[in-house]
Amino acid sequence: MAAKVRIPTPLRKLTNDQDTVEVPAGTIGQAIDGLQAQFPGIRDRLLDEKGDVRRFVNVYVNEEDIRFLQNKETVVKDGDEISIIPAIAGG
Amino acid sequence: MIDMEKQDGFMRALKCRECGREYPLAATHVCEFDFGPLEVAYDYDRAKKSMTRAAIESRPRTMWRYAELLPIAGAPTVGFQVGFTPLVKADRLAKRLGIRELWIKNDTVNYPTLSFKDRVVSVALSRAKELGFKVVACASTGNLANSVAANAAAAGLKAFVFIPHDLEQGKVLNSLIYGANVISIKGHYDEVNRLCAEIAGKSGWAFVNVNMRPYYAEGSKSMGFEIVEQLGWRIPRHTVVCMASGSLLTKIHKSYQELVKLDLVTETPFKVHGAQATGCNPITAAQKSGMDFFKPVKPDTIAKSLAIGTPADGFYALRSMKETGSASDDVTDDEIREGIKLLAETEGIFAETAGGVTVGVAKKLIASGKIPADDSAVLCITGNGLKTLDAVAGHAGQTREIRPSLREFDKLMEAEPQLANA
Repeated sequence: MAAKVRIPTPLRKLTNDQDTVEVPAGTIGQAIDGLQAQFPGIRDRLLDEKGDVRRFVNVYVNEEDIRFLQNKETVVKDGDEISIIPAIAGG
Repeated sequence: MIDMEKQDGFMRALKCRECGREYPLAATHVCEFDFGPLEVAYDYDRAKKSMTRAAIESRPRTMWRYAELLPIAGAPTVGFQVGFTPLVKADRLAKRLGIRELWIKNDTVNYPTLSFKDRVVSVALSRAKELGFKVVACASTGNLANSVAANAAAAGLKAFVFIPHDLEQGKVLNSLIYGANVISIKGHYDEVNRLCAEIAGKSGWAFVNVNMRPYYAEGSKSMGFEIVEQLGWRIPRHTVVCMASGSLLTKIHKSYQELVKLDLVTETPFKVHGAQATGCNPITAAQKSGMDFFKPVKPDTIAKSLAIGTPADGFYALRSMKETGSASDDVTDDEIREGIKLLAETEGIFAETAGGVTVGVAKKLIASGKIPADDSAVLCITGNGLKTLDAVAGHAGQTREIRPSLREFDKLMEAEPQLANA
């Protein structure tokens, strides 16, 4: 078992066009490390120089924005779904 | 009418606002490297040659008279009649708010769906057709859905609109009537947005505010272009704009700068102030406490068209206000209703809740001196009150019912003599 990560279009070149991949359970920070281990270079797309999630990257665990949870410390359990989504415009 | 000459009109590329990397002019909105939003870059030197005041003034009175600075390659194919809404000199409202001069940019009568969204949608759909799309879609708080549904119907495109489940009835019907597929999401707008971002990644549709966003957002500039021209080619000292994603505020700012760049107007200092509802104020809260980035909120306000808790352009709206030394504020639901009534009673303009937000915040900014009383301001009123009747039902006075008898009428006037003084 593991957590599922949905990969947005702009990052699929790094994941060989896979739109979902799996990472071991842990925290969001560890999930990003897990992605980096499988797809070198992906961490830099998601995190800035200080190691924080980039300001235009929104990360959700089971549809909840991690900024309403514990940001990078948010716990990810087996079977959870992580979405990575660029900020989009209003309506 | 306008010689577009080259294949991409006056557009040069899509450019990341964060890192400056450039991309082809496709249906894509995010930089692959830092997720920064992509924005259309223009060939200003070439635009400057054909976009003179005389040329603009000779063109039809629609938003397309500024075509060189709108991101389509050829002639528009959707929404020919959009824009050039009235700029109303609002003397009675000015007096009530205590300011020397006040103007209302009245997009409550924008064509065809009575909100400023017709501007962005006609650009997005014209561009979507150029790129070969047959299906268009959007995530919407209501006005955008109405505009996508109507303009898609007129253009013969298939439309999917995604809305939060708790929208005003008027806005829901206003999308259904055009035959659009309306998908109601059991969640708030930020959740609709997230879902649409995921659908856009696999659907192959033109989502106007997702993969078409760089083109779509530019349509808002036409409101600023029109204000400057309608003021007699002058940039207003103060403009007040409501903020949902914050995009409109940044584009009004950009429109003034572009007109300066093209030598169409003299550069004068200006401020573009932002307005939000207190029940969804991530941008004004950050602005007031001097922060560069907002904290997302869960919206709870009658101003549903502004209920975006994670505003995509919040960062740039904050930066714009900082650059120009502008202010922002937010107003409660009661103040929003008061703002709607004040605008209606003084100027005969019935705005939706977002308009009440703009009027309410303008009142606060004038009272606090952030907009000086001896100055001049423009309020951007973005949508029509007939769409949000639920918000003011029970707050707008009451009818007096009598039988069709003169005696009953005389009796009523006797009982309520104040009616004649109103």
